Amino acid sequence: MSGPDLLFYFFATLSLGGGLLMVFSRHPVSAALFMIVSLVGVASLFVLLDAFFLAILQVLVYAGAVMVLFLFIIMLLDVGPSGAKASKVKLLSGVAGLISVGLLVVLLLDLGLGSMDCSECSAENCDACGESAAFAWPEIRDETAANGNSLIFSPSVKAFGFGLLAKYMLPLQVAGFLLLAAMVGVIILSKKSTAEGEG
Amino acid sequence: MEFDSEMLQQLGLKALFALLMVSAVMTMAGYSVLAERKVSAWMQGRVGPNRTVLPFVEHIPFIGPFLKGLGIFQPLADGLKFLFKEEIVPGHVNKVYYYMAPLVALVPALTTMTVLPFGEYFDEAGNSSPLILANLEVGILFIFAVSSLGVYGIVLAGWSSNSKYPFLGGIRSSAQMISYELAMGLSLLPIFLWVSVPGSEDSALSLVGIVNSQNDGAWLLIVQPVSALIFLVALFAETNRLPFDMPESETDLVGGFHTEYGSFKFGIFFVAEYAHIVVGSAIFTTIFLGGWHFLPWIADPWPATWIGTLLGIGWFLAKTVCLIFFFIWIRWTIPRFRYDQVMNLGWTKLLPLALVNLIVYVLLVTWLDQPPSVTP
Repeated sequence: MSGPDLLFYFFATLSLGGGLLMVFSRHPVSAALFMIVSLVGVASLFVLLDAFFLAILQVLVYAGAVMVLFLFIIMLLDVGPSGAKASKVKLLSGVAGLISVGLLVVLLLDLGLGSMDCSECSAENCDACGESAAFAWPEIRDETAANGNSLIFSPSVKAFGFGLLAKYMLPLQVAGFLLLAAMVGVIILSKKSTAEGEG
Repeated sequence: MEFDSEMLQQLGLKALFALLMVSAVMTMAGYSVLAERKVSAWMQGRVGPNRTVLPFVEHIPFIGPFLKGLGIFQPLADGLKFLFKEEIVPGHVNKVYYYMAPLVALVPALTTMTVLPFGEYFDEAGNSSPLILANLEVGILFIFAVSSLGVYGIVLAGWSSNSKYPFLGGIRSSAQMISYELAMGLSLLPIFLWVSVPGSEDSALSLVGIVNSQNDGAWLLIVQPVSALIFLVALFAETNRLPFDMPESETDLVGGFHTEYGSFKFGIFFVAEYAHIVVGSAIFTTIFLGGWHFLPWIADPWPATWIGTLLGIGWFLAKTVCLIFFFIWIRWTIPRFRYDQVMNLGWTKLLPLALVNLIVYVLLVTWLDQPPSVTP
């Protein structure tokens, strides 16, 4: 087994194991920490795919910012192991569990089909496969990338930037607007409650 | 890619370089502690540590007493003291996280240096390549990502100690880090805009690109003073230095997050803090003070050979040491802010200032980058 393979199995175990332990650990702080382990594991898998930018964003946004907030809230509210058991909505958790299992099944089926395609490809016309793998993508040029049609897959930051701000400009704006609306809503809700508390 | 001998050789070489760099930073961290004690002593009209000396050095005429007076051997004694003290674990702590916290605090402080360029070397043709452990295209983001993990060490230490003062320290620290990370990131966006001129090969997210853009030109400190100011203030907050040492403010929280820590575990926290300062100073030097390049608008006066490499590294270190001195200087000059003042400064002053700064530079860069055909 080669080095990158070993690393892949190590980090895959890390991310899956971290995820499992997160679900099964009884203390919320432990759960949050295992989630960080899992996120860092996934980031390492991105590194193995040469997608440094994605890996760093994963650590920066999820492990570095979101999880710090989670931990902050858990500690501030002092949720202990008893607090985790408090959720008594059995029906809701049952439905959520069913949906997750369904998604997992779909994913596995899709993966199985996908790998079958790949094996056929490598068995029958492996010349084409090898050729496409060795093919060097051309550099992104500003003028061709402006309309986003000639975007090619690349792990470089420039590709992400052109993709987000040229081709997917509208979805980006819509997502930003949604987040803004959510933020304004949260501010209004929290303002209202404090005003009532004072009055 | 199999593990063949060439790859092993490469790995060994990388490991050796990494070890060298870690020991260099750790030495600098150790001597920053000494510098802190000496500078604070001078500022307060005291002498500072001046008694520790190795037995045989003491008898060298002139040099021995001089080194003794400088306290050169004090870090050695401090380190040994931490190592040989009795290891006490209070009974009420959460053991696993209690032991884990110092490590979690130290590792990010030492990991950020992997993407830090500190010099350049020249091949026979005179082409320069940066001296750096891993030349990542997105180095500056890597530093942000890894240093944002450092807060877990403090939060875990505060939480696992199961006692009031450390807990308050941990909570304050996480709130402070979240607040100032935003301003820090925003303050660097104008830099990226400024450095990545259309058509240039350098990616502005790479620290090497930022340094080389300052070669034989203006330092970014001169071009973007507001960014530099915000970055510096946020750096003080992120390294938990006075006037922002909320997590351990010893007058109201005893020792803050490390109240329950003693001996070597406390030593690790201590070294991690100073390693943060060293690496932070080096990052500021890289981004705003031109890295290893000479003064603004003056080309490097040293030849493009190994002499130039050494002088460049020396120049880089000199700038870094000046910044470390600046850190110490501020600590003994400005009193600690109150917690609400820290939050106020972060959210209502620095963050809007960073946003305005960004907008101004967006407009400026847009105006400067207009294609020549548009301007008459």
